[in-house]
Amino acid sequence: MVEREGIRRYVAHVILWVGIAVVAFPVYLAFVASTQDNAVIANGQMSLLPGSHFLETYYRTIFVGTSGTTREPVGMMLFNSLIMAMSIALGKIFISILSAYAIVFFRFPFRMTVFWIIFITLMLPVEVRIYPTYKIAADLNLLDSYSGLALPLIASATATLLFRQFFMTVPDELLEASRIDGAGPFRFFKDTLLPLSRTNMAALFVILFIYGWNQYLWPLLITTRDDMQTIQVGIRKMIVTSDALTEWPIVMATAILAMLPPVFVVIVMQKLFVRGLVETEK
Amino acid sequence: MQKQATFNSRWLPWLLIAPQMIVVLVFFYWPAGQAVLQSFLLQDAFGLSTTFVWFENYKELFADPDYFATIVRTFAFAFAIALSSLSLSLLLAVMADKPLRGSAIYRTLLIWPYAVAPPVAGVLWVFMLNPSLGVLAHGLRAMGVDWNPLLDGNQAAALIILASAWKQISYNFLFFLAGLQSIPRSVHEAAAIDGARPMRRFWTVTFPLLTPTIFFLIVVNIVYAFFDTFGVIDTMTRGGPAKATETLVYKVYVDGLLGGNLGGSAAQSVILMGLVIVLTAIQFRFVERKVTY
Repeated sequence: MVEREGIRRYVAHVILWVGIAVVAFPVYLAFVASTQDNAVIANGQMSLLPGSHFLETYYRTIFVGTSGTTREPVGMMLFNSLIMAMSIALGKIFISILSAYAIVFFRFPFRMTVFWIIFITLMLPVEVRIYPTYKIAADLNLLDSYSGLALPLIASATATLLFRQFFMTVPDELLEASRIDGAGPFRFFKDTLLPLSRTNMAALFVILFIYGWNQYLWPLLITTRDDMQTIQVGIRKMIVTSDALTEWPIVMATAILAMLPPVFVVIVMQKLFVRGLVETEK
Repeated sequence: MQKQATFNSRWLPWLLIAPQMIVVLVFFYWPAGQAVLQSFLLQDAFGLSTTFVWFENYKELFADPDYFATIVRTFAFAFAIALSSLSLSLLLAVMADKPLRGSAIYRTLLIWPYAVAPPVAGVLWVFMLNPSLGVLAHGLRAMGVDWNPLLDGNQAAALIILASAWKQISYNFLFFLAGLQSIPRSVHEAAAIDGARPMRRFWTVTFPLLTPTIFFLIVVNIVYAFFDTFGVIDTMTRGGPAKATETLVYKVYVDGLLGGNLGGSAAQSVILMGLVIVLTAIQFRFVERKVTY
């Protein structure tokens, strides 16, 4: 019996390592390719071990870019993606925490109507209303701008619902106590509610940052200028249909660079990430 | 629904709500309304006049065998992606749920692909399976497979399903693991004392207790396959060859790029909206159950 248990554990370890290998192999291969010579890769002679072109490729990728297809260094794309992801995450947290505060801690006419107006937006991702949204962004002169990249993606209710849910669990006594201390709605928000919401905000930030960083269809439509494109859009433009023209080491280096920030966030802030993921899906 | 203790102010709550309301009205309700309205209109070839045509655009859409094929294809993709990704991640989660040394490390090493963007996942796999230089393509060729996804529609579809399922493994794994860990140890022990062997224990005890998680994940995976695969498709096959990998969302994009039929394009968007609403409603039902169970 004990022996069988030992074997079963051994099998579990093996299956998990195989799973990890399957999951990691494409990324490993991308890294290996990014350190090799393009001519070798194009010949299909790629080695499965890292080559010697690491510094050269990454320097060119970040500061120069591909020779033909995107005309823009990836450093610029990383910067654009960072601005977009940060604006989406911070913007959404900002507008959501305020509206959730109003909905939970104030009594005012049409309170529930307002709640439902926001709630319904939970259901429709930007993909299903993409062209009308594009037209409005164009009418508002938001093409090729950071606000144009971020604003339509902020228009959804996930964060509001999360904060609402959390605020509902804040005991009434806290509000009464701070009232006795003479605190108004601003002081209560700043001194009591914000510090209590810190973990929730952080978890939400992690999820929204990844969400924003990985956006693709919307940035693809709204950016026309090369210097405004995000890294997700840039990487697709690097792949040329005729294989001979694609500079694979640079494409793969860009893929690695595109993954690095969000993967780093997931690994380093794993607890917050898991919490945010589970909470936003509820 | 509301707290007993509240603040009273006539203007402050409106001020607090204003930013979100403005964003939601301008970037959600306005475009969504436009799409609905437009789907009932017919524009002439020069865009000079529009007429209200009721459901004409929808009728035309459903009469189009091309659109029907796209619907079937999208559901087939969703099914294949959900099935392959869910079964693999369930296996991994069951293994990681065992009291193993280093299980925290296993978890970390399995969840990070969540952060990989769909277009990047597409690029990684298209590189490995590129017919002329891909490492895996060479392997397939060596095994005697005539691998050419640029010409073969089924192979192109396999490419999309593979990359999309790969990216979704970590998400499913995480929720399966959470579901497994919420099953009390005593349940397993009781079954073990009754003499049930591990395999039997899994199918008769663990699996039924996991059904709420499974249903929840099925819906999430379908939504994922519908919408988030756009980036995968656009980097890998661009809908080709001969539309073999064109999903509903991709079709909206392509038809919109071509311009022309505004009403038909809007009708497509509205149908998608309807689909998401149905899926979300189903999801809410199952999430509700997950909470009570």
